Amino acid sequence: MNETPDSESPATAPETAAGPVVAFHNVSVAFDGPPVLDDVSFSVAPGETRILLGPAGVGKSVLLKLANGLLRPDQGSVLLFGEDISGMPEERLLPLRTRVGMVFQEGALFDSLSVRDNVAYQLIQERVPNDRIDRRVRKALRFVELEETFDLFPASLSGGMRRRVAIARAFIRQPELLLYDSPTGGLDPLTSTTIIELIVKERDVYHTPSIMVTHRLQDAFILCNHRFDEAAGRMVPLPAGETDPNTTFLMLDDGRLIFDGSLRELVKSRNPFVREFLQ
Amino acid sequence: MAIRTIDKTAKNLVLTVQDYSLFAFRAFTNLFRPPIYWPEFLVQADIIGFGSISIVVLTGLSTGGVLALQSAATLSAFGATAVTGRFVSLTMIRELGPILTGVMVSGRNASSMASELGSMVVTEQIDAMRALGVDPLRKLVTPRIAASICMLFFLTIVSDACGIAGGGLVTVFMNHQNGTQYLDMAWEHLRYPDIIQGLVKPLFFGYILSSIGCFYGMRTTGGTQGVGRSTIQAVVWASVLIIFVDFLLTQVLLTLFQ
Repeated sequence: MNETPDSESPATAPETAAGPVVAFHNVSVAFDGPPVLDDVSFSVAPGETRILLGPAGVGKSVLLKLANGLLRPDQGSVLLFGEDISGMPEERLLPLRTRVGMVFQEGALFDSLSVRDNVAYQLIQERVPNDRIDRRVRKALRFVELEETFDLFPASLSGGMRRRVAIARAFIRQPELLLYDSPTGGLDPLTSTTIIELIVKERDVYHTPSIMVTHRLQDAFILCNHRFDEAAGRMVPLPAGETDPNTTFLMLDDGRLIFDGSLRELVKSRNPFVREFLQ
Repeated sequence: MAIRTIDKTAKNLVLTVQDYSLFAFRAFTNLFRPPIYWPEFLVQADIIGFGSISIVVLTGLSTGGVLALQSAATLSAFGATAVTGRFVSLTMIRELGPILTGVMVSGRNASSMASELGSMVVTEQIDAMRALGVDPLRKLVTPRIAASICMLFFLTIVSDACGIAGGGLVTVFMNHQNGTQYLDMAWEHLRYPDIIQGLVKPLFFGYILSSIGCFYGMRTTGGTQGVGRSTIQAVVWASVLIIFVDFLLTQVLLTLFQ
């Protein structure tokens, strides 16, 4: 996706080369009832991909929204690029969010805008010249293999295509962090694999740190057991027994973080909920 | 149980008023701070202004006509049908033009704002906008408020003119009175305070209908059913507030100009 450094580089240079990109410290949040997240602590290191597992309704999407300040914690702190965003005013959060790419559960494309304008949304706000926008949008759409949808509107796209356009929108400015909220939820296995392949491609080609929320184990395992072969232009399995060292797991149950570790540790975990979830 | 329900309802009401006050204040201050999204303002001005002309013209014509019919019937008892023009023009310009335009436009646009923004909330488009570094309050709400204030002002002028014209048509063709006399009476007794009263009100009504419509839209929860609920609440509260604020404004303006 990189073209020229001036046109394609992130808005601000990374400031957290050494420290974690995202860090949760004892975060709790509730909405008129019992806590949705209770004393959650973890971090995402540069280049790391964290897969957040858990059944529906345990607070996975809430956690993701806390990570870029769309929600605020009741207790604890969230650090994004080294800055505490827990009490940060919205005006200061907005420029920080431009450094994060987020893919929402159903894509969340703007109905009234074409695919081109959806993907280019941030660039249009930044008043980038039209010819440069077109070039970058085409490149982003080529990345998700949907270049032919340039002039279409979201209503004419399938669920899987919408998700891929949303991924292109999240990738276009080469963010320093990617947040995927159930990117394969509700899709057929073939389309899910296509989406996971795009995530693997982004991870292995651009090494962008990310958090991916999912409740589908097969997607998580594919992400962990495969790498993107740039020469072949496709995702290939890693040798038997090997996993991507930068892809690790988190698991939520009833608002609490009950697991934080590698795939190997996950499958060997003795936690009854983890065992039940894996089975 | 009943006390608990009353307690919860009262708390919700206080919280809603607090949330609306903060929302309306932020939206108002955004009118004077960059960035101002001019293309969005123009699109909304077209939707709210040009799109509402037909209902405003029809409402104005009918109301003016009805006023002429009713007043002529009453005034003829005193042999004063000649002042029909004065009655219609003052009533339209000072009161009925602004309030009818406000209520009609709120029925059309507060509902559309609530449903449009509500749909964006439930499909996470508002969150997506925030995640892309754009403030939805500035991008979506402020242009709607600015366009509503601006266009309601002009729509009220159109409504006033149509009301006077409607009254004139009824006076000439149904009451068989002199049209020149009607227009003379309508014009001669108009004073600047009357016009100012009539044109200050739409500025407030435009702000109320758009801020209420956007407020209920932006706090939509509960999927498509929630969108419907927000739309109803927006229309009801915008109309009620317009009528209530009209009463307060009339008191204040009459005190100022007497």
